[in-house]
Amino acid sequence: MGWKKRMQGRRNRKRNGEVQGGWRQRHWRLLLGGACLLSLLAVCSSLCLGNVNFSPARLVSLLAGSGGGMERSIILYARLPRTLAASFAGAALAVSGAVLQNVLANKLASPGIIGVNAGAGLGVTLCCAFGILSGGAVSFAAFAGSLATVFLIFLFSSRTSASKTTVILGGVAMNSVLNAICESVTVLDTDVAMLSIDFRVGGFSAVSYTRLVPAMVLILLAFGVLFTLCNELDVVTLGDETARGIGLSVGRYRMLFLVLAALLAGAAVSFAGLLGFIGLIVPHFVRRFAGNESGRFLPLCVVAGAGFVTFCDMVSRLLFAPYELPVGILMSVIGGPVFLFLLVRHKGGHRYD
Amino acid sequence: MIELKSVSAGYGKCGIVHDVSLTIPEGKVTALIGRNGSGKSTLLKAMLGFIPRSGGDILFNGIPLNRMSRAEIAREIAYLPQGKNVPDISAGRMVLHGRFPYLKYPRKYREQDFVIAEDAMRQMGISGLAQKRMAELSGGMRQKVYIAMALAQQAPAIVMDEPTTYLDIGEQFKFAGMVRQLSESGKTVLLVLHDILLALKISDQVAAMQQGRILQCGTPGEMVDSNVTGRLYGVAVKSFRTDRGVQYYYEADGESL
Repeated sequence: MGWKKRMQGRRNRKRNGEVQGGWRQRHWRLLLGGACLLSLLAVCSSLCLGNVNFSPARLVSLLAGSGGGMERSIILYARLPRTLAASFAGAALAVSGAVLQNVLANKLASPGIIGVNAGAGLGVTLCCAFGILSGGAVSFAAFAGSLATVFLIFLFSSRTSASKTTVILGGVAMNSVLNAICESVTVLDTDVAMLSIDFRVGGFSAVSYTRLVPAMVLILLAFGVLFTLCNELDVVTLGDETARGIGLSVGRYRMLFLVLAALLAGAAVSFAGLLGFIGLIVPHFVRRFAGNESGRFLPLCVVAGAGFVTFCDMVSRLLFAPYELPVGILMSVIGGPVFLFLLVRHKGGHRYD
Repeated sequence: MIELKSVSAGYGKCGIVHDVSLTIPEGKVTALIGRNGSGKSTLLKAMLGFIPRSGGDILFNGIPLNRMSRAEIAREIAYLPQGKNVPDISAGRMVLHGRFPYLKYPRKYREQDFVIAEDAMRQMGISGLAQKRMAELSGGMRQKVYIAMALAQQAPAIVMDEPTTYLDIGEQFKFAGMVRQLSESGKTVLLVLHDILLALKISDQVAAMQQGRILQCGTPGEMVDSNVTGRLYGVAVKSFRTDRGVQYYYEADGESL
């Protein structure tokens, strides 16, 4: 069935808000539905499985608030925050990477590349160096560090009118400066290296609601703004001149997207530590199936990122229980080969450029 | 009608375009010719407000450019840039983006936008390509998609920067027909062309640029008579009459081509 016919179908149905009717639309819905289902499965099993196992029925009754003081506490204060943290971090980092890859027209872009991770790392290192070690303070320091970097990126990109290459080069330079400061602090004060290692490896074992809630609110806000700007994001990826030609102030919007992406990554890093890999592979993985139109691409990134990280976190808890494998390592071990396989196997895409 | 009044523009301190005055008449085809680096593309970008001007005025139907927002300019002029990157989206979506300047936040395409995009694709004869990815299309097809996008933009004027580069001779021929068709349907067309013979053939007015200034502007006949191309490129264009109208050919150092 051709586009034209489908258009007529659309006109007859008089439905708004859909991009294209017909097979593609159904295909995408199926994809999104499937991804949602898998992610939900990951979330549920992450809530149910652990040192104490619950049946799904028990889980529902516990969440509904019936009985079982101890079990209820496990669910509410250990499993739930951890699962929430994993899914929010996954979703935020995946979307952040997706936005950066599109806005900077660079397949290698991920939250790490514009210096957000390094900024957060510096915040944590300084915090530890001053001897403030509470989880909340570390989280706050990471967040402050990444926000400061966001601000620097904003200044830098507004000075250079957000040119793609300049932003990436600037990010690399910023990364190396921030890392250098980090390294010198750890060399001068060796205790700090030990203290900040948890953060550098990344993970969800020390998550609490106080660290989680502010970051979650911020992530939801950023998603809210981002999802109303899907068409703008698509137009930015058409190339600067074409985008300007159809009336978009490219520089201004690119800056906005950079700041949103950095906010998402910063918020995630503040409670999850440095989990760099998701921001790179999940968007690429999703793009292979959903194409590059933001209206479909970003929602799928949210679901896939959340599902993938939740799943990895669960496996990392269960694999060598009672010991825990850092989730970042597991993600690389699972995600890396899958990604390589996709790169080699998948036809079309960018194989021949 | 687009009027340029002693426009100067460029990057950095020394400008590229100096004191250019030019009137682009409505419903006609105007071609801009000149050597590489003579400021043609820069003039287009200044005209669209992409780069700041250091002097002069630009009027769209009497309204100065500075008073218009980017979206308003986009509703007046559709622009096909020179170096187009190939976005990873479908051709149908690409054409639909031509409706972008008409949207208000939150920018969602409406029913009528789909209808207009569909009409534009039909007009260019590429309705069948809507589902194809841009990367799968040939250069000529991609060009058509971009022109369909410009049509969907429904601006009275279309500006194209070297539209025939990368097109084979057959596609160039079709392109010439398309430009005629656009102009007959009432669009104002401004083209930057390196193919002088094509420029002379399809345009009503030719403007020649040299070192950021307009060297001469006139009808194709006037341009040939005053040997502008000889002065610009060192290659003269001669004409002869046939029963099918005026034909042009190149001549340099006594040899013709």
